[in-house]
Amino acid sequence: MQRLTAESVTLGYDQRVIAENLSVEIPDNSFTVIVGPNACGKSTLLRALSRMLKPSEGRVLLDGQTIHSMPAKKVAKTLGLLPQSSIAPDGITVADLVARGRYPHQGLLRQWSPEDERIVQESMAATGVGALADRYVDELSGGQRQRVWIAMALAQQTPLLLLDEPTTFLDIQHQLEVLDLCAELHETQGRTLVAVLHDLNQAARYATHLIALHEGKVVAEGAPSEVVTAELVERVFGVRSQVIADPESGTPLVVPVARKRAVTAASAVSSASAAPSAVKTL
Amino acid sequence: MKTSTKTSTKTSTKTLAKPLPEASPKSSTGSVRAVRTGGGLSVRVDPRAALVFLLLTGVAFAASVVLIGSGDFRIAPGDVVATLLGNGTAAHEFVVQELRLPRILVGLLVGASLALSGSIFQSLSRNPLGSPDVIGFGQGAAVGALGAIVLFQGTALAVAGGALVGGLVTGVAVYLLAWKRGVHGYRLVLVGIGVAAVLTAVNHYLLTKASLVDATRAVLWMTGSLDGRDWTQVWPLLAAFVLLVPVVAWYARPLRVLEMGDDAAYALGVPVERARLVMMAAGVLLMAAATAAAGPIAFVALSAPQLARRLTRSPGPGLAASAAMGAALLLVADWVAAVAFGDRQLPVGVVTAVLGGCYLLWLLVTERRAGRI
Repeated sequence: MQRLTAESVTLGYDQRVIAENLSVEIPDNSFTVIVGPNACGKSTLLRALSRMLKPSEGRVLLDGQTIHSMPAKKVAKTLGLLPQSSIAPDGITVADLVARGRYPHQGLLRQWSPEDERIVQESMAATGVGALADRYVDELSGGQRQRVWIAMALAQQTPLLLLDEPTTFLDIQHQLEVLDLCAELHETQGRTLVAVLHDLNQAARYATHLIALHEGKVVAEGAPSEVVTAELVERVFGVRSQVIADPESGTPLVVPVARKRAVTAASAVSSASAAPSAVKTL
Repeated sequence: MKTSTKTSTKTSTKTLAKPLPEASPKSSTGSVRAVRTGGGLSVRVDPRAALVFLLLTGVAFAASVVLIGSGDFRIAPGDVVATLLGNGTAAHEFVVQELRLPRILVGLLVGASLALSGSIFQSLSRNPLGSPDVIGFGQGAAVGALGAIVLFQGTALAVAGGALVGGLVTGVAVYLLAWKRGVHGYRLVLVGIGVAAVLTAVNHYLLTKASLVDATRAVLWMTGSLDGRDWTQVWPLLAAFVLLVPVVAWYARPLRVLEMGDDAAYALGVPVERARLVMMAAGVLLMAAATAAAGPIAFVALSAPQLARRLTRSPGPGLAASAAMGAALLLVADWVAAVAFGDRQLPVGVVTAVLGGCYLLWLLVTERRAGRI
């Protein structure tokens, strides 16, 4: 049995049901990526896995215990989460923000141990923000800021780390930087990572385990090389495509078929140029 | 920022948070230092915030001594201190202990309570405008007090009780109105401003219904003043303060984490809704107790936390520095009222309103420039 699982959960907000009878297992030591179209329930699933959303039926298990009945701090020592949007308080420095990741390990009379200090240093070094320690978070670039938030999640020192769309709002360079960082954390520190990503090709390249969601149901799961096929892409995203081997990594690369209208309007030129441009966006 | 020998107030040296020998000489994590004991206990200390706290406590103490010494019967500052320590003459003893000290204590406690309450709500709403006197609690307390004055011609005690009940009821109402799968900062401020507008209208209505005598009394109460305050105001306020400060201190660390958003707070293991409910309750009680004692003294809750934050340069309004700033601000305003306009011709609320109004204007301009409102 894996450390983090969802057992036939029903998820939703108020009366609106987003997923019903959904079961998911996160393989230990994997870099799991959840993909799917907008509103398929992938962020909702992540919120349920991280204790923020209580399933109306079923349960989420962490190390065999129902996560929603565990003490908040105990969960926070095992399971970290990088939310989609966090607020950096005005005038906080990078080091101070990363230090807040130590919260679940601290108490009223144990506020700042030498270990806290060491882990904060290590987390900043691992994410390459050590040199920014005394800078204010609000004056950093988007990519730097995201690395600072990841450093904070790392400082929490949890074996499991969930990331809700960590690359949204970043340009392509910073997207790759963040994903490389995640891959490195997964490989060198042996943490289990679960991320929600929008870009199927990025997911296929970085994930060791892929979960494809569609309308609140798991359509496919497994290694990207086995799971990502033209049929799956059409079924989940409603897009016809060719799946070829990524010339860089050998992982599946989804090349959408050019839309019919574009072909008739601009003749064969667009269909010829569509494939190279898709490769470039990687 | 290492020496803090400039302040030599006796009351505050005990809380002096000097970096102890075993503290790391140069912390690499920002401005914060840790004070550690052999047993593995450790407390985070920001030296700058500690210094600001000490200086503001010193200012509040100095203003207290000056205010106790001034009036029709003048007492030299040295004699005031001697009397406070129990070494004064009988005449001094009477004037200080019976007439002037309670008024000053009410001022200190009201200033500190208002500022603490403001600090809590500004943190919870993640907005410098999210202060209890902006989001309706002050107005709610006023409805209670005015109701007691106008409808029942109540005693001073009844007015204080009315203010307390009015503040609490408004607190609950705003919480419930703003609640939608948890209370979010922005909604709290917007709902609160709406509630404040409604309650202000109620207050005006009550004034139009009042007799001339009651209306005069009501207007005087609404200005906020320390005049005529004695030990009967001190004790309940002190009790509320002593009971609530430990609660606030206990939840101070979760409050810091809450400033980063609910999701981040959940992820870090903060019991989000419980922490918010407890802190809101403490903030409303502090605000209501202060208003019951001295009337709705304007703008201290709004400005003290932000002024303290600018002095400490810490992220978010710090609780201890805010409280010290509130106490100092209120007494200095009271001193200004006494000096600038003859002996206490002017209630302190007028001075804080003028100062606070200027501050609010400046805040609105800078916040707007920063694109936050």
